[in-house]
Amino acid sequence: MRNRLNSTSISPTRISGAEALIHCLLAEGVDLIYGYPGGAIMPVYDELFKFQDQLTHILTRHEQGATHAAQGYARVSGRVGVAIATSGPGATNLVTGLADAQIDSTPMVCITGQVSRHLLGTDAFQETDIIGISTPVTKWNYQITYAAEIPEIMAKAFYIAKSGRPGPVLIDITKNAQFELLDFTYTPCTYIRSYKAVPKHSRESIEAAAKIINSAKKPFIIFGQGVILSQAESIFKAFVEKSGIPAAWTILGLSALETAHPLNVGMVGMHGNYGPNMLTNQCDVLIAVGMRFDDRVTGNLATYAKQAQVIHIEIDPAEVDKNVKATVAIVGDAKASLTDLLPLIEKNTHENWLQEFKTYYKEEYKTVIEGDLFPTKPGLTMGEVIRILNEKSENKAVIVTDVGQHQMIACRYAHFTQTKSNITSGGLGTMGFALPAAIGAKMGAPDREVVAIIGDGGYQMTIQELGTIFQNKTAVKILVLNNGHLGMVRQWQELFFESRYASTVMCNPNFVKIAQGYDITAESVSERHNLEEAIAKMIAHKGPYFLEVCVENEHNVFPMIATGASVSEIRLK
Amino acid sequence: MENAWYTISVYSENNVGLLNRISGIFLKRHINIESLNVSKSEIDNVSKFTIVVFTTPNWVYNIVGQIEKQIEVIKVFSHTDEETIYQESALFKVASHLLFDEREIQNIIKDTNAQIVTVSREFFVISKSGRRSEIDTLYDLLKPFGIMQFVRSGRIAVSKAEMQISLLLKGY
Repeated sequence: MRNRLNSTSISPTRISGAEALIHCLLAEGVDLIYGYPGGAIMPVYDELFKFQDQLTHILTRHEQGATHAAQGYARVSGRVGVAIATSGPGATNLVTGLADAQIDSTPMVCITGQVSRHLLGTDAFQETDIIGISTPVTKWNYQITYAAEIPEIMAKAFYIAKSGRPGPVLIDITKNAQFELLDFTYTPCTYIRSYKAVPKHSRESIEAAAKIINSAKKPFIIFGQGVILSQAESIFKAFVEKSGIPAAWTILGLSALETAHPLNVGMVGMHGNYGPNMLTNQCDVLIAVGMRFDDRVTGNLATYAKQAQVIHIEIDPAEVDKNVKATVAIVGDAKASLTDLLPLIEKNTHENWLQEFKTYYKEEYKTVIEGDLFPTKPGLTMGEVIRILNEKSENKAVIVTDVGQHQMIACRYAHFTQTKSNITSGGLGTMGFALPAAIGAKMGAPDREVVAIIGDGGYQMTIQELGTIFQNKTAVKILVLNNGHLGMVRQWQELFFESRYASTVMCNPNFVKIAQGYDITAESVSERHNLEEAIAKMIAHKGPYFLEVCVENEHNVFPMIATGASVSEIRLK
Repeated sequence: MENAWYTISVYSENNVGLLNRISGIFLKRHINIESLNVSKSEIDNVSKFTIVVFTTPNWVYNIVGQIEKQIEVIKVFSHTDEETIYQESALFKVASHLLFDEREIQNIIKDTNAQIVTVSREFFVISKSGRRSEIDTLYDLLKPFGIMQFVRSGRIAVSKAEMQISLLLKGY
């Protein structure tokens, strides 16, 4: 039964829709999926049982966990993450993960069971209109009501999820379609007439951009996840080095260029570095590569880089001129565009200009960074934890962060030497993302060290995924930075709401005991003299490990651009 | 920027759920769809949505991009009123006796270039195609006599400039 059919066989074989679905996944090279069973998806689970030697199913403790795990897997590996759930509540629990993957362009295919075709629209048990619900948060979705549709639709699903600007696809399959028989043949999808995955950039735009770049006096690059998604890291680095242009990253672009690169000048945006933000409003040419000018990056658009000529390299035509008007838009794949652009770029250096970034950095270092990384006052800082983590992991770890202060601090101070190493919920800002995403990341890159850095708030949003770690012995290192507050909201309350800490104080449980309950080795530290050893122990440990670091409760993340302020109004304190 | 009327023409595959996907893009920006019409287009198996909105040029530009990137959408155009030939259709149901008792109604029908589509013992139906203002004029004229039922269609429009869909489809 199990191997009677080659998944890409040409001659049709009569099998059930549920079995066909498994063959589709295998044909797409899927060997690992995350999910949670239930009534309307049981025929598929029955087939998963039969195919368990070819396709591993990881039972998460909540469907949201399945989506974030699939995202973590996709982000670290560049492959499509797959999550599967039942109808009704199983399906609705996917929504946060879908929205997160949509806004952060993560390739993911979610499969949901649905009540039988004859029950659609009758408010049957566990029926919900997941197509209607998921439409705004998916790149594409489709309801399969006949088994015969399965091969073609699944092929389309994978093609759409991974091609062009990637994104999540949801396929809803009615129960009858899982039971019905079909003649199965599988042909991967490579073309949809109404969908142009990758626009071909124009030669004119390349030439126009080169001309502007070559005559620029103070050019500045901002790079985003597009560099990673198009696998443009090497050509991008060559472009940066040949042009000699200082380059800053968005939170999702982080790790595309190694942190220590002399032209890597840091992070842009709300909690980004001082220089890149200030100098955005002084550069004469702004080259945006694979980024979308999110409001957390730009601050007030009316005062954003108005003096600059903007070159926007972007795969999604809908992002061009959406927030910032481009002088030259190169609409296409980042790697292909940079490959054509590079030969036209004159070798250059911009030493004086680069010096301006360094001058700002010195000021930021004195005012903010030194105190964060090498605090002299009592009370541990998140910054020193990250500094020690860098040392102990030799800058090689995959860092998975949640959302809030720890996320900003981790992104600001973590050192990366390898691409696809920073996994975080950027666009949606999903608390609870990190723990399940780290599970997926570890499974997607089993040979790498994966450290989930999480606040005490976000940790408790998906803490049940400790069960998944326990069951699968997933060697994730969990580093909870506990400040007893929903720290980022508390910071805003302090700065903008006269310190009225409405519902941001957390009464936390004994996290060590909870971890131990799942048989995870655990420790908690709150003293500086224990910190280094504790982190070293965590990194050295072979299996899953939990480390709580009790940090100072009311520390604020700076620099900061207040909402609605200009990037050049960035505050150092 | 000033709000203006825009006619958005969407050429797409004819798939279940696409209307929901498109309308969601307007919903997301809290824009009311003033008029909506879905029909077949000049190309076999290609549907055409004609959507009228009152908004800024910037938002129309963004919306067009966001609709166009939906997988099953082939191409989207936006036009101002000046750039299109457009019409709406309306049906008025009026009590039959008025046609004979109130002579003026006959004149109204004649003057507004409306048509009587059916007459029965109880009611007759007037149809009128044209600009919304023309339909509104007829509505105002008939109102005093009593309108039993009234319905107006969404705007249908063709652009004065070419919409090169066939060429585009060949290019894919």
